[in-house]
Amino acid sequence: MNEIILAIFQAIELIVELDPKLIQITKLSLYISLTATLIGSLISIPIGGMIYYYEFWGKRTIINLIQTLYSVPTVLVGLFLFLLISQQGPFGFLKLLFTPTGMIIGQVLLILPLLIGFTITALVGVSTQIKELAISLGASTYQTIITIIKEARYAIMSAVILGFGRAISEVGVAILIGGNIRGFTRTFTTAISLETSRGNLVLSIALGFILLSLSLIINFLLNYLQGKD
Amino acid sequence: MFKYTFLTKILFYMEKSMRKAFFILMVLLSVFLATGCTDTEQQPDTTTITEPDTTTTAQSETSKLIVSTTTSLEDTGLLEEIEAAFEDKYPGVDVLVISGGTGIAIQYGERGDADILLTHDKSREEEFVNNGFGTNRTEIAYNYFWIVGPENDPAGINGLNATEAFTRIMEEGQNDSDQVKFASRGDDSGTHAREKKIWESTGVSYGEINSSGEWYIESGRGMGETLLLSNEQNAYTLTDSGTFLAYTNEGRIQIVPIVTAGDELLNVYAAMPVNPEKHPNVNYEGAQNFVDFLVSSEGQEIIGNFGREQYGEPLFTPISEGLPS
Repeated sequence: MNEIILAIFQAIELIVELDPKLIQITKLSLYISLTATLIGSLISIPIGGMIYYYEFWGKRTIINLIQTLYSVPTVLVGLFLFLLISQQGPFGFLKLLFTPTGMIIGQVLLILPLLIGFTITALVGVSTQIKELAISLGASTYQTIITIIKEARYAIMSAVILGFGRAISEVGVAILIGGNIRGFTRTFTTAISLETSRGNLVLSIALGFILLSLSLIINFLLNYLQGKD
Repeated sequence: MFKYTFLTKILFYMEKSMRKAFFILMVLLSVFLATGCTDTEQQPDTTTITEPDTTTTAQSETSKLIVSTTTSLEDTGLLEEIEAAFEDKYPGVDVLVISGGTGIAIQYGERGDADILLTHDKSREEEFVNNGFGTNRTEIAYNYFWIVGPENDPAGINGLNATEAFTRIMEEGQNDSDQVKFASRGDDSGTHAREKKIWESTGVSYGEINSSGEWYIESGRGMGETLLLSNEQNAYTLTDSGTFLAYTNEGRIQIVPIVTAGDELLNVYAAMPVNPEKHPNVNYEGAQNFVDFLVSSEGQEIIGNFGREQYGEPLFTPISEGLPS
């Protein structure tokens, strides 16, 4: 138990000292996961809106499939992307392996099902009367979807926060695509697993605390933005 | 229109001063984020420079050298020191170290994702070179694998050689798996490969060992986790001396080295540049320079001194001192 207290002190020490390695890890982790969440949201919300709006054959199956992918292991996504962008893979020429860009792509793939699925759930939660009202007032398909998305923005925001949570806490993509390269692709989660294997348990827990605190700040920020309008 | 979510509700009830602090924190964070993003956005520039055709023509530009290595070289901190010295000498090269077990490290080489391998599994390394994936194999340093275990040595292996010790552990373990256990990496790493080799030398096949009872525990993890496991379970295990010393130094484990010498435990590290004929994209020139640096007097001195300060003894013996005969 002592270690937990020591870890809190070490976490504070690292933050106060503005430890250069910590700053780099923080910048990279936030850059990758925030970018992935942003890109993921920009892709998922419209797709979710369209799946919600249109009735088509196999819709139920597609939604089931998307929901199944919520539980895809992060290592599997990492491995799948690794085989695609490795030198031997079809996209090897892009030289994305072991780069932050590659990691962003991996995290986008990881959180896409979750974002799309929760967007659909959020939209389903909006009363159908609003959809009908919008249509009866002469709104185009596009306008109707926008109206419903606006109506469901709080629930969609939760989905985005959840997506960010999955992105920043995952380790499978980060280690397989990033390679945990010191000073280049090392994120919080890969640093934690490395320090654990090195036996620096206190440092690992300290890093974990810092990661959680960052997530807390970001959640506050997102919630604040959401409450503003 | 203003709906409160749970968190904004909390925010609302916060004292005014606290709210002020919160806003300052947010401003700081956004500034931090902005700088963070611009910093990292520069990275694509360096990556575009390393397109295969430009590496050879643009000497003054940065080129990446991806070193795929085993955990014992990176986790001990040796490669960090070598990297710093190498980059001082070749400012145009950015060394990127990826560490994993020897198994995955060799995979990266075979697929052309790494430019050079630094590993410690002679038979697989020779296979790698013979199959044309690597140009050659240069030995750079060595140390010993150690058989470590509980201080009271329940199987009584003190003074035995590695094969005898393993035989004894197996016999005692099958007798009484509460007292005598063996923890294996079980992850196809170089250390695991050596463990298998020693088991085979006892005359029992590894498959039999693997399924011969509760005394044999497979961790499926890295050296550090396996050491923690054997410490917890009072088990014997085979470890590289570097990782073991790092763990003892931290006071993390109480198990002790018991068998520490002999040919069977010799652990040689070698460097292999990935063959550009097989993978034209690799940074062969950088890899060659890296090998040359490792065996140069400067590189060998770094290897020979590494760990002296922290652990009281060097973790590796440079190859220039010659292999023990």
